[in-house]
Amino acid sequence: MRKNLFKKAGAAVLGLVLAGSLLAGCGSGSSATQQGADGPQAEAVEEQAEEAVEESADAGYRTLEQIQADGKINIGVFSDKSPFGYVDENGEYQGYDVYFANRIGQDLGVEIEYVSTEAASRIEYLQTGKVDIILANFTVTPERAEEVDFALPYMNVALGVVSHDDRVIKDLSQVGEDDQIIVISGTTAETYLTKNNPEIKLQKFDTYAAAKSAFENGTGVAWANDNTEVIAFAAENEGYTVGIDSLGSADTIAPAVTKGNESLLNWLNEEIVELGKENFFHADYEATLVDTYGIEFEDTLVIEGGGN
Amino acid sequence: MQALGIDVLFKGINMQRLLGGLWISLRISLIAVAFSIVLGLVVGVLMAGDNPVIKAVSRVYLEIVRVMPQMVLLFIVFFGTTRVFGWNIEAEIASIIVFTFWGTAEMADLVRGALISIPKHQYESAAALGLEQGQIYRYIVIPQTLRRLIPLSINLVTRMIKTTSLAMMIGVVEVLKVGQQIIEANRKSSPHAAFGIYACIFVLYFAACWPISMFSKYLERKWS
Repeated sequence: MRKNLFKKAGAAVLGLVLAGSLLAGCGSGSSATQQGADGPQAEAVEEQAEEAVEESADAGYRTLEQIQADGKINIGVFSDKSPFGYVDENGEYQGYDVYFANRIGQDLGVEIEYVSTEAASRIEYLQTGKVDIILANFTVTPERAEEVDFALPYMNVALGVVSHDDRVIKDLSQVGEDDQIIVISGTTAETYLTKNNPEIKLQKFDTYAAAKSAFENGTGVAWANDNTEVIAFAAENEGYTVGIDSLGSADTIAPAVTKGNESLLNWLNEEIVELGKENFFHADYEATLVDTYGIEFEDTLVIEGGGN
Repeated sequence: MQALGIDVLFKGINMQRLLGGLWISLRISLIAVAFSIVLGLVVGVLMAGDNPVIKAVSRVYLEIVRVMPQMVLLFIVFFGTTRVFGWNIEAEIASIIVFTFWGTAEMADLVRGALISIPKHQYESAAALGLEQGQIYRYIVIPQTLRRLIPLSINLVTRMIKTTSLAMMIGVVEVLKVGQQIIEANRKSSPHAAFGIYACIFVLYFAACWPISMFSKYLERKWS
């Protein structure tokens, strides 16, 4: 009897907690990340809720028609990765990815709701349908392609090697036996060189700052890193030249949508091909990236029309 | 001043954005604090009782909160509920739920600790003086418990305010995120702006937490 009473009390507390969170839920008005789950999608979602189905069942996405009907598209971008996605001093989103996103909104004829994402949560945002498109410097990899659908690429990334002006390394064969190349531990540059050029001695550093000061003090003949990083480094600092601007397997950066969202994916692919005809991404580069990387790397970094 | 990046603070509407971010941090944490204190008192009183079922349940609850990083909880509430139930909880509401869940557990444990720290003989002496159960709580137990609770719960409240910075992981643009955005956007023009921005954020957090500390001092003095 006593126990029963306590159980009831416990249940009441639980109820209170739930009621509290519910109340908090009702109190909210409109908001940035809120997303209309109406139409046929909502019914599907409700059914899911009733069955409390197994996980992994994707919480759904909005098709092209639904996005256009809602008049608003949610695009996930970085808000602190200048010059790809950042917020300027007037609170406006800017950058290479954002320039493209703005065009998408314009061509779809819908308003854009930018969602600030972090690198670690990009896939999660798509899988839960909390954003329609991720445009956050998202490198295409086979592992990620299993989780989300990538559209055609709009930028190249590869490794690059920067060296001192007085001895520019244009080819890895120029690296002598006693020379050392600086890398940051855990980067693709380290993995690539260890695997493909095991004869080259590497100097490994844990942080960007440590690698940078070691390179500036001349402890290594060259520094290998993502090509965007080394190009930006050479542009910002006097006395360095990027001798190799594209090394190893070139990766690409592409927009991503929720797995299975065919209509939006097809539209994006057509859009990217169409934009290629007016050299859109070159214009994008010149508007956003040229200050950081310089005009001479435009064709190395930009992919126009999906690369065809 | 330029080297320290103070000028960056006054570019465009940067200062307004930082203050807006602070308001979001405070809104999340103070709503969560209010829920946590009320629920924590209830749960704490139940935990101090001697029902083994409630003790076991609350033990599990407390351990979950202790073991799980708040960030994992945020991901579970924000993304997990959408995956499993199809609920679309707003990022800010998800943060409030998580911080309430966490705050309630810690608050309850503080309440429990404060309650059982009142020696048994005080109850017995009070009963011997002829006080009734209600009067014992009203005049003996609650005043002492509250006094012991104040410094501890103020620690929790300020900790909750500071931990709201984690909400940036689920897309809430709070004060620290705004700071990072400003630093990144000005990396080329003022590479050392980080110092000025973080100094400003320090002042903002201080301005938010200091009155709370002062209030607790006032209460302690008033109730002692």
